[in-house]
Amino acid sequence: MSAEKATHQLPTDHYIVNVGPQHPSTHGGAHLQTVLDGEIIVDTVVKLGYVHRSVEKIAESKTFTQFIPYTARLDYLSGCLPPLAYTQAVEKLLDIFPTERAEYIRIIMAEFSRISSHLLCIGSLALDLGATTACIYCVRDREQIMDMFEMVGGQRLLLSFLRVGGVSHDLPENFYPAARRFIKELPKMIDEYHAVITGNEILQRRLKGVGRLSTEDALAYGVTGPNLRASGFDYDIRRDDPYGIYDRFKFEVPIDSGGDAWARYLVRVEELVQSARIIEQALDSLPEGDICAKTPRLLKAPENQDVYHHIESSKGELGFYIVGAAGKDKPHRLHVRAPSFINLQVLPMICRGAKFQDLITNIATLDPVLGEADR
Amino acid sequence: MVLKNEADLKEDADVKLLENNGVFCTWFDKIWNWGRARSFWPLNYSCNCCPIEMLVAGGAPRFDIARYGYEVFRASPRQADLLVLAGPVTLKMAPVVRRVWLQMAEPKWVLAMGNCAISGGPFRDGYSVLPGGDSILPIDVYVPGCPVRPEALFHGMLELKAKVEGKR
Repeated sequence: MSAEKATHQLPTDHYIVNVGPQHPSTHGGAHLQTVLDGEIIVDTVVKLGYVHRSVEKIAESKTFTQFIPYTARLDYLSGCLPPLAYTQAVEKLLDIFPTERAEYIRIIMAEFSRISSHLLCIGSLALDLGATTACIYCVRDREQIMDMFEMVGGQRLLLSFLRVGGVSHDLPENFYPAARRFIKELPKMIDEYHAVITGNEILQRRLKGVGRLSTEDALAYGVTGPNLRASGFDYDIRRDDPYGIYDRFKFEVPIDSGGDAWARYLVRVEELVQSARIIEQALDSLPEGDICAKTPRLLKAPENQDVYHHIESSKGELGFYIVGAAGKDKPHRLHVRAPSFINLQVLPMICRGAKFQDLITNIATLDPVLGEADR
Repeated sequence: MVLKNEADLKEDADVKLLENNGVFCTWFDKIWNWGRARSFWPLNYSCNCCPIEMLVAGGAPRFDIARYGYEVFRASPRQADLLVLAGPVTLKMAPVVRRVWLQMAEPKWVLAMGNCAISGGPFRDGYSVLPGGDSILPIDVYVPGCPVRPEALFHGMLELKAKVEGKR
C-alpha cells in the first residue's frame, strides 16, 4: 500500500505543540504555536511580545546620550553594533562628525561584536542540535572578546562606551596585544569549529537541505544580513552603502546560493574571517588624535527633521529612524528597524512541510534575538 | 528521648553512646537541605541579556558552574527547584513566569538575576515592565548587575546555599 493511500485511510487530526515562551531553544521569550500533522509541520504561529520593554517609548523621555545604553540592550549579543547605529543616526540628525580615531575604534569594536554574536550563534546552533561540546568551544573563544570588552568598557557584554561624536574613552594599552592575539588565533579556532561542527555527519544531515529559503522569498519578506546572503543575494550594507569609514577597508562578502540552514551556518563562519580582516586593517592604520569630537553638553536637534540610518548588524539591516523636534534634546519619536523581527517572518514559511525537529534548526540558523524583535 | 535542638544532640548521653559506636545522628531536614543546597537544578528560563551570562556561566570552561554542582539546567519546571528569574518581567511574561513557578515542585527557590528582575532596572520607566519580580514571586536572593557577571551569579547561588542550609 502506498503512503498516500495509508494516510487517506487513516485520517489524523492536526494537533498543536507549543514551543515556548519559556523554552531553551527559542533564543529568548518567544512562543511558537506549531500545528502538526503527525511529525510534519503544517503551520507555525510566532507569538511575540514577551520581551517587549517599551524601548521606543522610553526613548522619547531620554536625552540622546541617555538612550545609548538602552540600544545595547536591544541586540544584547552584539554589544557595540546597536549603539553604533544609534549614535551614527543621531550624528546625522545633529550634523556632528566623529573624529578619525573614534571612527577606527568604533569599527574595531563593531567587528569584534559581530564575531562574538556569530560565535554564539554557531555555538547555540550546535547546542540546540544536541552538540554540547561544540558549543563549549565557541563560548570559550568568545570569552577572549568578552575580556577585551571588559578592558575597554568595564562591562563584559553590553558596553555602552560609544558616544555621539566619538567614544567615551580611549582603548587601553593592553587591548592591542589581546586583539592581535585573537586575530592571529582565529584561523586555528575556525579549523576547530570545522572539525567539531562542520565535519560532524549528524549535524550535516540536520542542516543540509533544511529550511530552504529562495532568493525571491528572502527579498519579498525583507530578510537581510547573513540569512539573505545565504540565499544567494549579494548585499552587504558595509560595502553597498558604506557608513563610517567602511569604504577604506578591503573585505569580501561571503555568499552561498544554497539557501538552507547549512548555507546560513557556513556564511556566518566565513564572516568571522572577513571581520577579522577588517579589524586587522583598522588596527594597522589606527591614527592618533582625539577620541571624541567637540559636542555641546546638551545635544539638541537643530530643526524639525527626521533621519534614518542603517548599518549591517550581525543579524541584518539594523536601522534607527529618529524624528527630531527643533530645539529639543529628546527624540520626538524613535523607531528601530529590527532585523531579527523581520527575519522571523519567514520562519512559518521555511518550516512548512518539514519535520518538527527542523523547527529548532530553522530558528537557530535564522538567529533572531528576541530582545531586538520585541524591543 | 526528646531532642529539641543541636545543643541537646551534643549533650545527650544516648547520642554520645551511639556516636562512639559509629552511628551518626542528625535531622532529616538537615541532611536533605545539605543535599539540596549542593545540587540546585536551575530552570532554563530566559528573557533577555542576563541568560546569556547564565549560559556562559554554565557552558564556558572558564566559569564551569559544575564545580558547585548546579549544572543540571532543566527545561521542564517539574524537574527544577531553582527559578533563576533573569531578565525583565514584562506584563505579557508575568502570568507565564507565575505559572512556571507554580508548576515547580516544593521545595523551590527563586533567584532574581539582574536589575530588571530586581526592580525593573532601566526599563522601569516603560509601560510594559513590572517593577521587579518580587511583585509576583517570593524572591530569596537578589543579584544586582546589568547584566550580572557569571561570578556574581555564583556568589548569589552560594548565598542561596547558605540560606538553604540555615546559615543565613
